Amino acid sequence: MLWLLFFLVNAIQAELCQPDAENAFKVRLSIRTALGDKAYVWDTNEEYLFKAMVAFSMRKVPKREKTEISHVLLCNVTQRVSFWFVVTDPSKNHTLPAVEVQSAIRMNRNRINNAFFLDDHTLEFLKIPSTLAPPTDPPVPIWIIVFGVVFCIVIVATTLLVLSGIRQRRRKNKGPSEVDDTEDKCENTITIENGIPCDPLDTKGGHINDVFLTEDERLTPL
Amino acid sequence: MAQAGEPGPPAEDGGDERPKWDNKAQYLLSCIGFAVGLGNIWRFPYLCQTYGGGAFLIPYLIALAFEGIPLFHIELAIGQRLRRGSVGVWTAISPYLGGVGFGCFTVSFLIGLYYNTVLVWVLWFFLNSFQHPLPWSTCPPDLNRTGFVQECQASSTVSYFWYRQTLNITADIGDSGVVQWQLLLCLVTCWMVVYLCVIRGIESTGKAIYFTACFPYLVLTIFLIRGLTLPGATEGLTYLFTPKMQTLQNPRVWLDAATQIFFSLSLAFGGHIAFASYNPPRNNCEKDAVIISLVNSLTSLYASLTIFSIMGFKATTDYRRCLDRNILSLIDEFDFPEQSISRDDYPTVLTHLNATCPERVARLHLRACQLEDFLDKSASGPGLAFLVFTEAVLHMPGASAWAVLFFGMLFTLGLSSMFGNMESIITPLLDMGILPRRIPKEGLTGLVCLACFLCSTCFVLQSGSYWLEIFDNFVASLNLLIFAFCEVVGVIYVYGMKRFCDDIEWMTGRRPNLYWRVTWWVVSPLLLLSIFLSCVVLLAQRPPRYKAWNPQYVQFPLREEKLYPGWVLATCVLLAFLPILWVPTIALAQLLARRRQRTDTQPATSPKP
Repeated sequence: MLWLLFFLVNAIQAELCQPDAENAFKVRLSIRTALGDKAYVWDTNEEYLFKAMVAFSMRKVPKREKTEISHVLLCNVTQRVSFWFVVTDPSKNHTLPAVEVQSAIRMNRNRINNAFFLDDHTLEFLKIPSTLAPPTDPPVPIWIIVFGVVFCIVIVATTLLVLSGIRQRRRKNKGPSEVDDTEDKCENTITIENGIPCDPLDTKGGHINDVFLTEDERLTPL
Repeated sequence: MAQAGEPGPPAEDGGDERPKWDNKAQYLLSCIGFAVGLGNIWRFPYLCQTYGGGAFLIPYLIALAFEGIPLFHIELAIGQRLRRGSVGVWTAISPYLGGVGFGCFTVSFLIGLYYNTVLVWVLWFFLNSFQHPLPWSTCPPDLNRTGFVQECQASSTVSYFWYRQTLNITADIGDSGVVQWQLLLCLVTCWMVVYLCVIRGIESTGKAIYFTACFPYLVLTIFLIRGLTLPGATEGLTYLFTPKMQTLQNPRVWLDAATQIFFSLSLAFGGHIAFASYNPPRNNCEKDAVIISLVNSLTSLYASLTIFSIMGFKATTDYRRCLDRNILSLIDEFDFPEQSISRDDYPTVLTHLNATCPERVARLHLRACQLEDFLDKSASGPGLAFLVFTEAVLHMPGASAWAVLFFGMLFTLGLSSMFGNMESIITPLLDMGILPRRIPKEGLTGLVCLACFLCSTCFVLQSGSYWLEIFDNFVASLNLLIFAFCEVVGVIYVYGMKRFCDDIEWMTGRRPNLYWRVTWWVVSPLLLLSIFLSCVVLLAQRPPRYKAWNPQYVQFPLREEKLYPGWVLATCVLLAFLPILWVPTIALAQLLARRRQRTDTQPATSPKP
């Protein structure tokens, strides 16, 4: 009799958890992709942990606080590592609605991922979309900071160039009048000091007197 | 107008001394910087790839020898001899040809507007490259954070970043949208940088050119070394450079080679004339012309090496991802253990599964992955820089640094071309004495940059990139060809071949040999005429259309082909023909003025036209 009951329970459970059964979800793990050499083997202990995590998630749902690990059924475990699971109610005759399971998993997705060292891509609940992380935008977009730096440099450089140009022009405007004065002085020198013509005055003792170099030759005119 | 048969001392330039280059290197670098531009990076490699790899070099070199170098020599020689900008040179050769100078001036202005807009885009990408991960590596999540934004998911992350987050493009050219403030900020900055560099004419550009002309070569070398070490680079290089000689039978190849040489050397802008006018009168312009042209072409080749190796890497990466996607689909469907199918085993496994359970395999809709398909995906123009290359950079370790380098290189490349462009606008204005003497040069350049900035704000509207395409297709092509033709004809036939050869002999010490004379007399004008006619025929063959980015389009992410509305077509025609109208207008005005002069002064020494 007991054997019959045992087989009946198993049969019912097998019926509840089947690929594409009602309220069943497929889970796919990519452990080697995520962990590489540190990948662990998927065995019954890991399955137990999984059931525990699902049960824990369901307990957070109002009115389902009494969910036990035994209410979570796993089936069709493949080498891929993929399997189907359902969550039954305490009577173990019906499965809980998919919507409740879905919302429970979504809310605790992070905890479930962390338990297995996986993330949303390597631990997939097919048909349960994961909530994407909010975009981590800094308060000031980085490009504005770089733009500010570049803009300031350009403004400073332009101002410096314009100011130096104004200064150069002012010096150039003063320049020709100074040259006239020295030319007058030169003529005076000829009358005062005889024998010294103006021409060699620009090469006094071998040094070139810069006063006689016109601004045009020294600075490229604007 | 120079009357004397003997080439006398250089023509007067208004009384005060003309600015001159600090040294020969500045002049060469300025010309090289002007010639080497964005087209060398994103147009030449595309042409090379489309037209049979190494085989394309044959029409390219032929066009260089018979069209590029002779025309370039004419520009440098005439600028150096007459020591004026484009307007002054043509007015000096013949008052009736003054329109050519005005036309070149107008075209340079229009091209400067949209060329700087490309620099705005480059600057935007440059500013956004200083972060990790790069903003075009992921899609933003949608409103309830269950998935990514639909437009991004349907196309790709880089397309979304380019079309939506950068341009915020509208679906139709008629819908102008609003000004994109982030692009407007970059536009202000770009024009300020240009102003900063051209503020004192060649005195300031001569200093800036050392950096802007040399930096791109440094970056190209770095990218080449990095690119050659990436997986798939050699496949890219061998596939893309393997010559396919049969493509040479297509006349389109020869046309594209000739147009590429022409636009690559930046002929008929008036910029090279302006640069050469600041040279000392006795300077070997023949050697300069050959050197600069060769450097330009070698740069194109060098750039294609870099681009092809990176494209090879990108194709290999895409191919491997395609394979991995297919393998994952198979593993998930048949529940094989993870990583049990390697990329090499994939074909055998696929055939085995196809034999055993074909319906399940068919249900997966596996995409056929062929490396050649990925290598064939070519792009030119902005698409190469902002879509293809940005995606390639994502897969390289240290992506942010490579992105910063790449966009910095593009910016300096474009900036050095902008210097030549601005010189071809500013030098004629200075020569004509538009503004009174007391306004300094800084004021003139400031006014020019301000005017250009105000006019180019139309390109930062949401439909701006459609307008840029129009400018690119219609302003540059036909006008420049006509002006180049007028240049050759004007110098050789109006100024006189003999006088021109005498001038060159005076300047360089050697008379131009047979090669120059034959190309100037016959070959180059004929080539230009045939290119012009071919361009006109090609444009007239079918109504011009554009590709719009329309998320509502049925076949999105493919771009929707639309025809231009009537008012846009009218603008295209205007842009294509208005600059050319200067030539007959000025000639007519001169004719009328002379006729009036003749009737006014009765016993006139009739002026020789």
